[in-house]
Amino acid sequence: MLATRDITVRFGERTVLDHVSLQVATGEVVALLGPSGAGKSTLLRVIAGVLTADGGSVWLDDRDITALPAHRRNIGLVFQDEQLFPHLTVAGNIGFGLRMQGIARALAAARVDELLHLIGLTAFANRPVTQLSGGEAKRVALARSLAPRPAVLLLDEPLTGLDRDLHDRLAGELAALLRATGTTALLVTHDRDEAVAIADRTITL
Amino acid sequence: MNRLPRWLVPALVAPPALGLAVFYLWPLGTLVARVVRPGSIAEALGAPGIARVLWFTLWQAVASTVLTLLVGFAPAYVLARYRFPGRRALLAAVTVPFMLPTVVVGAAFLALLPASWHGTARAVIVAHVFFNIAVVVRLVGAPWAVLPTDLTAAARTLGASPRQVLRHVVLPLLRPGLWAAGTVVFLFTFTSFGAVRLLGGAANPTLEVEIARRATQLGDVDGAAVLSVLQLAVLAIVVWWSARWQRRATVQFHGADSTRRARSRSQRRQVASVAAVTAVMMATPLAVLVSRSFRLGDGWSLRAWRTLGSAEVRPGISLGVDPIASLATSLRFAVVAAGISVTVGGLAALGISSARRRGRLLDVGLMLPLGTSAVTIGLGMLITFDTAPVDWRASWWLIPVGHALVATPFVVRALLPVLRSIPADQRAAAATLGASPLRAWWAINVRHLRRPIAGSAGLAAAISLGEFGATTFLTRAGSETMPIAIARLLGRTGEIPRAQGFALATILLVTTALIIAVAERQGVLDARDA
Repeated sequence: MLATRDITVRFGERTVLDHVSLQVATGEVVALLGPSGAGKSTLLRVIAGVLTADGGSVWLDDRDITALPAHRRNIGLVFQDEQLFPHLTVAGNIGFGLRMQGIARALAAARVDELLHLIGLTAFANRPVTQLSGGEAKRVALARSLAPRPAVLLLDEPLTGLDRDLHDRLAGELAALLRATGTTALLVTHDRDEAVAIADRTITL
Repeated sequence: MNRLPRWLVPALVAPPALGLAVFYLWPLGTLVARVVRPGSIAEALGAPGIARVLWFTLWQAVASTVLTLLVGFAPAYVLARYRFPGRRALLAAVTVPFMLPTVVVGAAFLALLPASWHGTARAVIVAHVFFNIAVVVRLVGAPWAVLPTDLTAAARTLGASPRQVLRHVVLPLLRPGLWAAGTVVFLFTFTSFGAVRLLGGAANPTLEVEIARRATQLGDVDGAAVLSVLQLAVLAIVVWWSARWQRRATVQFHGADSTRRARSRSQRRQVASVAAVTAVMMATPLAVLVSRSFRLGDGWSLRAWRTLGSAEVRPGISLGVDPIASLATSLRFAVVAAGISVTVGGLAALGISSARRRGRLLDVGLMLPLGTSAVTIGLGMLITFDTAPVDWRASWWLIPVGHALVATPFVVRALLPVLRSIPADQRAAAATLGASPLRAWWAINVRHLRRPIAGSAGLAAAISLGEFGATTFLTRAGSETMPIAIARLLGRTGEIPRAQGFALATILLVTTALIIAVAERQGVLDARDA
């Protein structure tokens, strides 16, 4: 179970998050709704450990992980603008987390193949990520975060910026994928329909 | 576009083109012609000690480059990624040494390092690192500043430790910048002259120092010519090879500047400690240089400063170097060199901006002296202008002309973007008010060009004040420039000449720093990066 307690973040004078507490049960998919500027992305960054909060704590399975550095949290984060590594291929991006963990090459390659299959981009393994379309890049970003089997997956507006058709199709795919992998997920969106389509439960910030 | 009448362009381009041909291309051609002679290469390379010179030049350049990249990495990181109080001052502290005369940097390390280091390769390398950190901060810092913060955050969430992020994400993406910086530092240190002359001693000559020694002390001009051409060839190969590598590895970010305030306490501590160490590292040599000019024996003394006006050390014993006279000579040369650079560079910039494709040729041509070592330029002039009707070696103006050769490209770089950005409709507006085309052009351009002209004139003067390599060949007894006088004074034994050398270097340091500060406010220094 993932939980935040009284998370507070200030940027200078402005308080972006004011004592925010929430819970996500294991295996649950929760959508976090709210207008832009409400601090949704900031909260995800605090949970992932790439931004230090000014107050409050983050808990994973009843363990306080507030002081744990990002790379030891086992929490994945899919960025709104993907943030794929431009110097690596599609397979290189997906296998990045596995390489960092020092997983044996053959094992990692098998896992990458599995994920390529899951997102339907098997033929793209050796392409540079700079040549992907918007939808393809989003799929690769998702696969990259899923590869190291994170305890929790955070998704920051994963479907924003896609055209309507692709958006609806990917929303369905994403919902199915999260269920199939049994992933505990917290999803940030500003689109209520999207939230309902993908998540078990919604929270408004 | 902001073009002048067509018929005017050849008239504008002719003087700079002619100057370049007479004072750069011809000497270079003479130099090469000397070398194309059976047996000359084998003869020069077979000379005793030449292998050692080549080896030292190469290994000190490689060592200096690697060390500069290592030492400059942390300041580049902090200055590229964080906003903090004093950031601008730190950036200036890191950048200014790069623009200081090599002789001043050499003198500063002579003052700073213990006597046991004098005349060692270590001393040369340390000075090179100090001098070139700016290159790393600029060329590695620029891509680093736009590297998206979220890209490294993404790597962290995938389980990469900070060290792994550096190794697997940051370094690969900075590779083009690291290559560029490495290449520039290598070129500078491979052709280093002033610092090596002062710090390396007789035991550690670079190719550049050996060329000067052969030409001016041994009278072996042919041998010196062979070595210069050899050096040119090495430089050309390095530039070509590096450009090829760089093109292969470039990843473009259209990202915005990711510079931000430090957030966590550990980040703040990191920024503060790197900034403090860097500031101390950059300020200490210069501070020690100034303080040493006030020291004699174990105490403080103004004697070195008070005796700057005379060439006598003891009554009746003259050293043949008059520090104050050298200051006057340098200032005179600087004014003349700045005048020539601004005139020639201004004409060239006007011609280039008005001409279409052929302007590019002149632009590139005028940049060439920057890629040629100072000693090569000096040697070329020395052997070219020594017979009638061009026996100009005795003419005082040959030195400022040599300085202007190196300074002109900066004037062109400063003026061209301004000229190109002046909107054509302003001219049209003036024309509709009844001004003739030339009058209209004049009225508008002069207003826009005043600041960049003033700034680049200052920069040209600073370059002239510090020029050492080419001047070594062209200088004449009794009309030494400041850098020459500093090198002579510091080469002498005895405390007073040494302290006088430090005092004169202090004057040159302060003058150059002031000119740089003024030029910076005119906004011309960014042109120097380009």
